[in-house]
Amino acid sequence: MKSIILTTVSKTLLPLLLLFSVFVLLRGHYLPGGGFIAGLIASIAFILHSFANGLKKTRHLLRIHPGFLIPVGLALAIGSAIAPMIFQDLPVMTGLWYHNEIPVIGKIGSALFFDSGVYLVVIGVSLTIIFTISEKA
Amino acid sequence: MSEHLIILPIIVQAIIAVTLLFFWRKPKTQRVLSIVGSSIAVIIASMLFGTVWNQGTQVLQLGNWEAPFGISLVGDTLAAALVLLTSIVALVISIYSNTNMVSARVKFGYYAIFHFLIMGLSGAFLTGDIFNLYVWFEVIIISSFVLLTIGGRKIQIEGAVKYFTLNMLSSIVFLTGIAMLYGVTGSLNMAELSQIIPTIENKGIVQTISLVFMIGFGVKAGLFPLYLWLPASYHTPPAAVSALFGGLLTKVGVYALIRVFTLIFPLQGLNQDILMIIAGFTVFFGGIGALVQKDVIRVFSYLIICHIGFMIGGLSLFTEIALVGAVFYMFHDIIVKATLFMIGGVFFRMFGNTKLYNMGGLMNDYPRLSLLFAIPLFALVGIPPLSGFWPKLSLFGASYQMNSIFMLVVFIFASLITLIIIAKVWNNVFAKNARKTEKLEKLKYYDQFDLREKSAMIIPILMLVCVILYYSIFAEHIQLVAERIGNELMNSDQYVEAVFNLKDEAK
Repeated sequence: MKSIILTTVSKTLLPLLLLFSVFVLLRGHYLPGGGFIAGLIASIAFILHSFANGLKKTRHLLRIHPGFLIPVGLALAIGSAIAPMIFQDLPVMTGLWYHNEIPVIGKIGSALFFDSGVYLVVIGVSLTIIFTISEKA
Repeated sequence: MSEHLIILPIIVQAIIAVTLLFFWRKPKTQRVLSIVGSSIAVIIASMLFGTVWNQGTQVLQLGNWEAPFGISLVGDTLAAALVLLTSIVALVISIYSNTNMVSARVKFGYYAIFHFLIMGLSGAFLTGDIFNLYVWFEVIIISSFVLLTIGGRKIQIEGAVKYFTLNMLSSIVFLTGIAMLYGVTGSLNMAELSQIIPTIENKGIVQTISLVFMIGFGVKAGLFPLYLWLPASYHTPPAAVSALFGGLLTKVGVYALIRVFTLIFPLQGLNQDILMIIAGFTVFFGGIGALVQKDVIRVFSYLIICHIGFMIGGLSLFTEIALVGAVFYMFHDIIVKATLFMIGGVFFRMFGNTKLYNMGGLMNDYPRLSLLFAIPLFALVGIPPLSGFWPKLSLFGASYQMNSIFMLVVFIFASLITLIIIAKVWNNVFAKNARKTEKLEKLKYYDQFDLREKSAMIIPILMLVCVILYYSIFAEHIQLVAERIGNELMNSDQYVEAVFNLKDEAK
């Protein structure tokens, strides 16, 4: 599917969608959003790019195999779950929060790292599935 | 520190699994890491069991949310003992997988999924929240589905479809039960549920919900009407996977039945009768099924069903001694069934298939191995002093005390038919003369293995046989553990107190 319109648009849309996915990830704690949906949006960005420019170019753009994101994300999520046990002697999955607000991002807590882990896992899984299917087809 | 110990068996398996994912394309590293990780898990599980044994039921409130609102992890003696047994079986099977699991399958993530499955099992045993139990069941089903299909042979896919359909169905039934329970009581915490249920006036709906749970767990445990997924799927994957499934998967269903029908809906009246009859039918159909099968792995699969009847029968009698017998039988069954399936894997490497009529002459060719294999087989029959005998003492005694002739007949029938089946297996595999069969070219036979590969197959069996011998010779230790569990199950007050006391201390 080579279309000059799609190719041109996808180049603009890729950074926009990625930025939007980060926005959705960050607003997730109290508002609709979060790691899962943000991960899907981010993977849509790459899938659109691969439709427009071909799988090879997207793979080149990503540099790493998307499957590698799965263990990284899981490690991040597990790390954020056991952090309270290791550092504060609190039960696993207790929310740890940094007191001061950081501009743009807002309050930072262990929940954010958990969500980021989910974000990476979702990107990894959905891109691995889509890439494998479109390679075979 | 001791309060965190209860979640460590779950966390450790998760960490091992994720670490293994990083070494996706290096099977050799994965094998070493898996064995090391499983050994650490055994140490942690024994520490947990030691703590529970010395200090009583351990409770952890996840996320520091107080008891009825958050998810509680509860480690009473039953849960801790089962986690310990799970980790032992996991260690043994991760050693056994060295030879049994070819590198091509390891590259599809066998070890990582294996540890996710063990994580799911440990979580299911430890959780004190009924919805969380459902989540762990899902973890177990999804990982076991992957393990069943890894390799992708046609027969595996066929088995996996049957397995998945019925298990998915039972999960939906279970989830429906949870929804109904939440609608009636407004709680999901098992300890709180056990206090709310007796106050509900509409006994009919409580009865209905309990039956829904019975169906949901019954499918997973392999109980009578819906056990067909088990023999249809367990002979399809490699022996390491079937050993894991045969040893542990159905026991989660039995554990859930024991937990729910002692804590939340204490057995009585109609439920008790239904469970008794189901146990009888399970024993009967499992036994008859095993008798007519011609494939040794399928014989073992049907024997699993037959012996689930012992545990459910013990539960349905619902006295302390019967529960002691049921729990002891479960401990014995986990180890023996895992050993049997691993032995089945060795048979496959010796004869090229597992059809009873194609095998033979094991006693002449491998006399020492035959002795080793004889121990779990005889333990299964329950020849004293081997481990199968001791729980039967309690079970027979309990049915005698309860004046339940029906259960007595069922137990005696199960023991007899097991004896006949094992005698048949012994005749065909060990005693009769070997039949000349054409050797398969692709398969590497047992006598072609080098010492490392041979020991990777035999040492795990030897380890579990040692556990069986420990059960047999030091039966009073296990009996002591089982008696304490029986006492805890019958007096669920202390479970409830343990869950809520912590809350009071925190204030």
